[in-house]
Amino acid sequence: MPSRQTTNETLSSTDRRVAALAPGPPVNIATGQAADPGAGEREVTFRLEGVSVRYGEALAVKDVTMDIHHKDITALIGPSGCGKSTLLRCLNRMNDLIPSARVSGRLWYHGEDVYGPKVDPVQVRKLIGMVFQKPNPFPKSIYDNVAFGPRTTGMKGDMDEIVERALRSAALWDEVKDRLKENAYGMSGGQQQRLCIARCIATEPDVILMDEPCSALDPISTARIEDLMHELKEQYTIVIVTHNMQQAARVSDRTAFFTAEVDEATDVRTGVLVEYDRTEKVFSNPGDERTENYVTGRFG
Amino acid sequence: MTDAAYPVRTERTRLAVAGARATTRSIVGDSERSGRFGNLLFVAMLLLGVGTALVALSAIIVWAYVTGRPLLSTDLLTNYPSTVNPRAAGYRPAILGTVYVISGVVALIVPLGVGAAVYLEEYADGTKWWNRLIELNIQNLAGVPSIVFGILGLAFIVRGPISLGFVAAAGSLTLALLVLPTVILASREAIRAVPSSIRHGSLALGATQWQTVSRQVLPAALPGILTGVILAVARAIGEAAPLLLVGAVTFVTFDPRFFDGGYSVLPVQIFQYAGRPQEDFRILAAAGVLVLLLVLLVINATAIWLRHRYEREW
Repeated sequence: MPSRQTTNETLSSTDRRVAALAPGPPVNIATGQAADPGAGEREVTFRLEGVSVRYGEALAVKDVTMDIHHKDITALIGPSGCGKSTLLRCLNRMNDLIPSARVSGRLWYHGEDVYGPKVDPVQVRKLIGMVFQKPNPFPKSIYDNVAFGPRTTGMKGDMDEIVERALRSAALWDEVKDRLKENAYGMSGGQQQRLCIARCIATEPDVILMDEPCSALDPISTARIEDLMHELKEQYTIVIVTHNMQQAARVSDRTAFFTAEVDEATDVRTGVLVEYDRTEKVFSNPGDERTENYVTGRFG
Repeated sequence: MTDAAYPVRTERTRLAVAGARATTRSIVGDSERSGRFGNLLFVAMLLLGVGTALVALSAIIVWAYVTGRPLLSTDLLTNYPSTVNPRAAGYRPAILGTVYVISGVVALIVPLGVGAAVYLEEYADGTKWWNRLIELNIQNLAGVPSIVFGILGLAFIVRGPISLGFVAAAGSLTLALLVLPTVILASREAIRAVPSSIRHGSLALGATQWQTVSRQVLPAALPGILTGVILAVARAIGEAAPLLLVGAVTFVTFDPRFFDGGYSVLPVQIFQYAGRPQEDFRILAAAGVLVLLLVLLVINATAIWLRHRYEREW
């Protein structure tokens, strides 16, 4: 596809929903390349241009510029306090929930400004799902957990079917099909996390953000979730924050390495993007000394 | 959001708040439980506390039963009061009056209390001075003696701007004002005990804030809120002082109505009987205590049944 037309007939369902984010015609206000795959490159889902995040006066993330590609798994790695979770939460405007958080710079999602004045964060979060560090199922039945998203967003279709499809996609169906009416709190941690992934898939998002999804899980559950990510990659763009470098190396296509710069005077840690490249390159032949030190385990 | 931000609470509020918090935690599974380090001394002290409460309670019940036994019969529930013939007197209008007044209280405090709690916990920006002023005032209102609310009710509800007259509705409004701060504080505690991960999970799925509050937070907090309401209502049933000021003083020999005519409530009726010199009236008062406990038990059992139903509704 050399260039994409922006008439309604040729837009995919996701594009149409993206266009619905902001009123008016879906003009690519970015450089025009945002929706254009370009020569040999894959389509860009997110384009960050000088994104900085402040909590009150403290600068948490400084001047990040990067493209996140369609149907890639992009890993954000780096030591604690380097702002990778903060950056992740910008992508679906979860940072709005922290009153003191301020985002500057430009953040394009399929050519739409995520922080544009007319953008409703609720619409953004419908398209960009999120899985949290600690499994956070609702205190409801397994079925109701999965059905919650489709119900609130008013999705059409047979709910039983939607729930089953989501649970199958999350490789959970066979384990829970006989106890859909039971409370989700009775599941194991790994199952709960896969339920959270199923819950996220059920709303048919375009992107799934994962904030250290395996940090609270045992190795076997972790392996299952990593397998799952490989399957989900066929359909979704995934951005994952992880502390586990092996995990980043195993699952991701691209890796962004962040580090924290400490301001001696105020003791504020500010995250900066050091290196962003294909995962093989970052792990085998990093271009920056700090990246090399981190991936070889010399610090962090 | 720490406890240190809240001033000292009165006895009636502290109980409701603690109950609300514990109930929600038991539902949403807070991991803060302190394990099994219960040493013997601690257990013994707990047993002593429970024992004291139980002994005091059974002493009252036994006394009331032994004293009131000669008059215990269904006449007590169905007959009208009498100043001349204590042996045939009953509590019918007082029971009905209590039921009316308490129904009015519940109808007022549940929407108002929960609404205020939802606003303060989920919507209000705690850094704004007016929200802090509201919070501080609610804390203080919870500590105001009930007789003050009686005077308020007399001046503003019975007479003054609202001018309802000495009717059951005025009693309802007055008692609702009295227990409303308690319900708000207990509901806030129940809402706050719902972990924020549930809110974030819901918002991340594209739910609006109102959907998150109404479909996740409130259902999870509901058993805790109900606990707060039960304790507040139990408190309101036993109140006599403010009601003496807003009209529940007459000997009523007909079935009361909500918006007109005189009314009485059980504690006031018992108080009147107990103050009479004849021995028979004292027996009647003791029997009335049992009736009051019975009504309290029925109302609380209903509320607890309700709470139980919601706890199980997955």
